[in-house]
Amino acid sequence: MGRSDRPELTAPPDVFYNEEEARKYTDNTRMVNIQTQLTQRALELLALPDDGRPKYLLDLGCGSGLSGETLTDAGHVWLGMDISPSMLGIAREREVEGDICLQDLGHGLPLRPGMFDGAISISAVQWLCNADRSSHDPRKRMKRFFETLYRCLAKGGRAVLQIYPESTDQAALLTNAAMKVGFSGGLVVDFPHSTRAKKYFLVLLVGGHAALPASRGMDGEDPSDEEEAYGAVQVGQRRTKRRKGGKAGKGVEWIVKKKAQQRGRGHENIKPDTKYTGRKRKVRF
Amino acid sequence: MKLITHNMLSCPIKGVKNGFPFRIEVGEVATREADFDPTFLRHILPRIEYGALRAAAASLGFADLPETVPEGATEDDAFLQALHHALLELHLEEGALVCPETGRRFLVNKGIPNLLLHEDEC
Repeated sequence: MGRSDRPELTAPPDVFYNEEEARKYTDNTRMVNIQTQLTQRALELLALPDDGRPKYLLDLGCGSGLSGETLTDAGHVWLGMDISPSMLGIAREREVEGDICLQDLGHGLPLRPGMFDGAISISAVQWLCNADRSSHDPRKRMKRFFETLYRCLAKGGRAVLQIYPESTDQAALLTNAAMKVGFSGGLVVDFPHSTRAKKYFLVLLVGGHAALPASRGMDGEDPSDEEEAYGAVQVGQRRTKRRKGGKAGKGVEWIVKKKAQQRGRGHENIKPDTKYTGRKRKVRF
Repeated sequence: MKLITHNMLSCPIKGVKNGFPFRIEVGEVATREADFDPTFLRHILPRIEYGALRAAAASLGFADLPETVPEGATEDDAFLQALHHALLELHLEEGALVCPETGRRFLVNKGIPNLLLHEDEC
């Protein structure tokens, strides 16, 4: 798989992570290292109280248990869930310490309320944005997932979900879905100036308004001319946009595009596109 | 599947009100030793539904848990040992979890419960 290929666009997760992919994933040293680092960072963001007590955690999209091993090393007990039977098969072969279940996150978590001290998820939740079957409605699936996640966390618990959003829109969609069910918190972006090292962590808090943890690499730990230029372009773009909007107004094309977008997100009551769409009213209306 | 997991799971089918606890159909049981950690047990004990745990352990052939949580349980070493064994060392390898309300069976295969739903259940 090339770096630019998104597995999310290839096949549903339970199909994509077949026996072969699952084994590749787990045997690849680079993958293992990345997973371990991401899990360590997620644990850091989880900010569990440092009282020496092992905690009971949830690992969503646990796969073959790579992230779970880091949790075990940190002394915690965990329960993992994943939709790929092959991944779970390998987790069992590797005799991971945590317990594992075959489950679809989009169906909601089948757990009693208030049971877990925290939840982590590494590179999994963006799969929820896809409609892999005709019956799938991503917005409903996200809602169900976040509702049940909120419920199963203990008071003061946190969930840290590392995601690979396809676009900034998708990141916003996930964040909004989480906020709607009552979570506070938001998106922490590590190394925002780097294309390759950039990582998104959705940090969700149950109750209370603790300050979001700081992102890493905000000072541009690996600054280069290219990135400086990137920043400049953004500023310039913003200025042109504002000037354009003030003068000509939005055209028919823009309206049709926006309406299509809204329909795509599942909004109802969007007026059909007709010959009247975006047409100017007569002066004497 | 460990019994601590059994104690956390409730039936995910939409509209089910009393999806806890799952009734266990036992096929094959395994015992695997785990590190005894009293601090974790003290931490998790208030969240455990003790009656459900005791019944589940009994159905897996472990009847050493007392009828109720004894007083001063957090310092009672014998009790903690029994609790540790029931929660973390007993594994349901083959069998099924049965929803107490709808009777739907979720199969447990090679120690992994399959909680996937059909389209009309979610």
